[in-house]
Amino acid sequence: MDFLTSILTITIRAGTSLTIATIGEILTERSGILNLGVEGIMLMGALSAFTAVFYSHSIAIGLLVAIGVGGLLALLHAFLTTTMRANQVVSGLSITLFGTGFSSFLGQRLGPVANNFRLVGLRAERIVPLAPEWVKQIPIISAFFNQDIITYLVYILLPLAWFFLYKTRPGLWLRSVGEDPQTADAMGIDVTKTRYLYTILGGMMIALGGAHLSLSYTPGWSENITGGRGWIVIALVIFSMWNPARAVWGALLFGGINAVQFRLQASGTSIPANFLNMMPYIGTIIVLVVMTWWEALSKKVGAPAALGTSYMREDK
Amino acid sequence: MKFVFEKRKSTSVPALILVPLISFAVSLVLTALLLAIFGADPFKTYAAMAVGAFGTSHGFAETLVKAIPLMMTGLGVAIAFRLKFWNIGAEGQLTLGGVAAAGVALFMERYFPGRSLLFAALFGGLLAGALWAGIPAILKTTLKVDETLVTLMMNYIAILYSEFLYYGPWRDPKGYGFPGSRMFSANAWLPRIMGRAHVGIWVGIALAIILWLVLKRTRWGFELQIIGASQKAARYQGIAVERNIILAVMLSGALCGLAGAFEITGISHRLQQGLSIGYGYTAIIVAWMSQLNPLAVPFVAIALAGLSVGGDQVQMVMGLPAAMGVVMQGLILFPMLAGSLFTEYRFLVVKPEPRAACPEPSQE
Amino acid sequence: MSETVIPKVEMRGISKSFPGVLANDCVDLMLHRSEVLALLGENGAGKSTLMNVLCGLYRPDKGEIYINGSYADIHSPRDAQKYGIGMVHQNFKLVDSMSVLENIILGLKDEPFIPDFKRVRQRLVDLAAQYHLKVDPNANIWQLSVGEQQRVEILKLLYRNAEILILDEPTAVLTPQESHELSRVVHAMKQEGKSAVFITHKMEEVMEFSDRVMVLRKGKVVAEARTADTTPKELARMMVGREVLFQIEKKPFCPGEVVLELSNIDALGDRGLLALNNVSFQLRAGEILGIAGVAGNGQRELAEVVTGLRRSTKGALRIGNKDMTNKSPLEIIRQGVAHIPQDRSSVGAVGDLSVASNLAMKQYRSRPLAAGIFLLPKRIVDLARALIEKFHIATPSPQTQVKFLSGGNVQKTILAREIGAARTVMVAVYPSRGLDVGATETVRRQLINQRDGGLGVLFFSEDLDELLQVSDRIAVLFEGRIMGIFDADKADIEQIGMLMAGMSKEATA
Repeated sequence: MDFLTSILTITIRAGTSLTIATIGEILTERSGILNLGVEGIMLMGALSAFTAVFYSHSIAIGLLVAIGVGGLLALLHAFLTTTMRANQVVSGLSITLFGTGFSSFLGQRLGPVANNFRLVGLRAERIVPLAPEWVKQIPIISAFFNQDIITYLVYILLPLAWFFLYKTRPGLWLRSVGEDPQTADAMGIDVTKTRYLYTILGGMMIALGGAHLSLSYTPGWSENITGGRGWIVIALVIFSMWNPARAVWGALLFGGINAVQFRLQASGTSIPANFLNMMPYIGTIIVLVVMTWWEALSKKVGAPAALGTSYMREDK
Repeated sequence: MKFVFEKRKSTSVPALILVPLISFAVSLVLTALLLAIFGADPFKTYAAMAVGAFGTSHGFAETLVKAIPLMMTGLGVAIAFRLKFWNIGAEGQLTLGGVAAAGVALFMERYFPGRSLLFAALFGGLLAGALWAGIPAILKTTLKVDETLVTLMMNYIAILYSEFLYYGPWRDPKGYGFPGSRMFSANAWLPRIMGRAHVGIWVGIALAIILWLVLKRTRWGFELQIIGASQKAARYQGIAVERNIILAVMLSGALCGLAGAFEITGISHRLQQGLSIGYGYTAIIVAWMSQLNPLAVPFVAIALAGLSVGGDQVQMVMGLPAAMGVVMQGLILFPMLAGSLFTEYRFLVVKPEPRAACPEPSQE
Repeated sequence: MSETVIPKVEMRGISKSFPGVLANDCVDLMLHRSEVLALLGENGAGKSTLMNVLCGLYRPDKGEIYINGSYADIHSPRDAQKYGIGMVHQNFKLVDSMSVLENIILGLKDEPFIPDFKRVRQRLVDLAAQYHLKVDPNANIWQLSVGEQQRVEILKLLYRNAEILILDEPTAVLTPQESHELSRVVHAMKQEGKSAVFITHKMEEVMEFSDRVMVLRKGKVVAEARTADTTPKELARMMVGREVLFQIEKKPFCPGEVVLELSNIDALGDRGLLALNNVSFQLRAGEILGIAGVAGNGQRELAEVVTGLRRSTKGALRIGNKDMTNKSPLEIIRQGVAHIPQDRSSVGAVGDLSVASNLAMKQYRSRPLAAGIFLLPKRIVDLARALIEKFHIATPSPQTQVKFLSGGNVQKTILAREIGAARTVMVAVYPSRGLDVGATETVRRQLINQRDGGLGVLFFSEDLDELLQVSDRIAVLFEGRIMGIFDADKADIEQIGMLMAGMSKEATA
């Protein structure tokens, strides 16, 4: 494989978990719910997927378990912020704190006796690239097809989510709930149900992103396997201006930064590893500043107007 | 019959106090379930935790050791959160505070003779935390850049930078390959009061009282209250919103930076691994459990520190993962978040009333 | 004539209460085919509540609704839609960032999963032509004027074949000319066999629009009549429950020094468009200058420029004899300028803080409320107690959070604080909007007292009658320009109406 193809392959692979989680978070935020629990849900997704595959030897079961766990955690967030009208920022942070602690706890508890109940250092089945051998020979193009099933799912989800949001009726409802819940309610749209639905759906996709890490990108379980990816996802949502079609660019950018960092480290550069490892985080801040500045200059508002606010009908 | 939330006529004070206590109890029950699932006796575990954290003088001293940074960062986070500035960068501010304190103590002994080195190191830590927090504050107030993400990303950067220092240029050549700086002069050590617990505990408690006074009894505190409640209203009252947010967030960072400086000068006496172990995140729980009231922060900090030390004990005695303590801390927040609704709303069960007939309209 | 026997809508014994208020008390209502019913009442009489019950937004505590003679179980706006009921709310139910077309589709229940955008657009254009309601289907709502947005709201209902239209104070946001157009639209709908309920508190509109009128007072029906059989004067008496004597006593007009002067001021709105265009006027001590105009024509921006909350891009602002162009709000407050803002719940008052804190918000910086950097809480509470008594603010205690007070008491709190801070100019933006009669009178009385005490008052209102009664002079604002300034006692309502609609003096002459 030539250099460019391999860089592109790694970029797409690294971008997969980010993209699918970004699409999920966009759907959630479009309903007006800010879910800062992405990092925690991704961690729990990664842990549960790996554990399930380790014991069941079935990728499908692993993915289903991750989806279920992600949905449950998101349900908790939806319940706290919608029914109990808790502060969305703090509720999301709690999910992340809890997910971080709980995944670390379970990682030391769910393993087999032989490994002292630990999951660290174990091997399980991985999700493998789907492309047949002859496709892998084509330069550049193969980078897109030499990918696993979750990446393929992302290829389908990107246009689908865009079409759903802008061209279908439920998509219109979803947008109206995030922009103006009072109006949506008056139009006969169930604001609470919509918010629950898309928060849970988003949580499932976020958990799938986590599963992709432990089953494909960096196979195996290690504490904090996400390394802040959940937070980068939240930045990517802003970067894509809440439009799923744009989620791909941000994710590729960050996947690319990861890939470059990987390459530089492998090539034995004189830049200390710690500084290389800072790149995604510094990149996020720069992107955030540039995007915010550009939005202000061009007077575009991407954020759903009601993002972060709770809604109750008879509040008088 | 149906269930409704009805808005109260005023904030319920009993609910304000009861909700954190009940949340604590709920988290105990949830954790007990979890323990039972994993085959551990919850009562034995809790007993072990309680004894471990508060039952021995060593344990209590260790609880205080953890309570000090939680108190300081908890106060810092509470101030920022009061302004609805979601500073989740306490961890990074603490780390850089520690780095700066270590830097002063290690390399500036010439300029600060005797005990003045300690004060210089503490001031260095405070300043570093304030400046590090100032960056997201300025980005937020001038360009409206989302502060949650910036503060969080800056945590990773600060931690990686500190690692770079103690693995790289600051590494002790005589450390037998152990990553960490050399130990600095005892002139920069904080006096200890009990085991490893140092005078920082008194500073923390004093700061909690001072902050409460500032918030409740000064003009600046009043301005912060207005800004926190409504920025539009504050601007309309002629308050310099942006400047005050930057100042308050820098104060928040300064407290976190001081927490890091305390860790360095009071506990480790060198820069090494273990400076950033999540105090800055637990601080969010401390602040929220205290309902952003500085006076409550020391109590909550000691309680949560107890959970964490107890968790360590449980690991040793019962063979359960130490992360148990962290899980419990996380579990407290959920009932707390769900419960805050009850301070402003009451829960009612409404029975459908029989349809009463209307009085005949009187003929006018 | 069997159709008229079974009414299209019958509401029986509707009661609805909110914490502390009985908004509807056993109200009966009937609406027939091809009929326009005017629902008349003061602010807070329960008109909107009653109609929100009919359109499914509120559940009544008691009472039943019958449509075409059979019991209708209305639990949600969607149920109401099923029965052909649609409402144009005072604050429009439109999603700002979406297009007209998307907003129409949002309310349709029979569209497929993937709506046929083309077909909907065509039908929309046809309907618009049929009822003379011109709008661009692709425009985003935020780009439309208030009048155009109202057209979208009506189109939305017509598209769904709504048979029963509820219009909640539709003319409040319109110029007199736009109101006449609306009345033509309503008549056209009547011709098609549709019925309408028209909520208002203006007698002339009852006369112009309705066939029958029902008067609500304090949640109860106090009168019902055919419009032709009644007179505005009679209606007004029933509505208020006493003879209306809105002639407010005030001292003769004797203006003093110029306290506020704007010369050629330009300013941008939130969207970066020109919101104030070359505005110039003088305000003298002892004078109330009323600002007339349809909401959204630069009123908020004008108030904000005067109080330092918005920068002007051109021109000069003088307060007293000092140049105050683009000075900070604090510097302008220090010149003795007080401000009753348009948005009282999030700008004028802080709901999460106590009444005492809210009352102290302008004076906490200096003695007697502060000593150096410290506040003196006892003095703050003393001041609050005094003001609560003086302005009759109904609150359980000075420590009660303002969010627990009623709208009228919030406004009294703001008024009490701002009067304490006013030394040269008082800027009052829609100060009586949404208040009950008692609170409205307090507000007007206080403004006039300020004028009599030698302040210059800049008074914004949507209500021409109120403006004419309270002001000494009236300036008309249209699209950010001052269209003309008149003496209130010589003003011609007709001419002011034309100017509010942007027609210049020459055209009206």
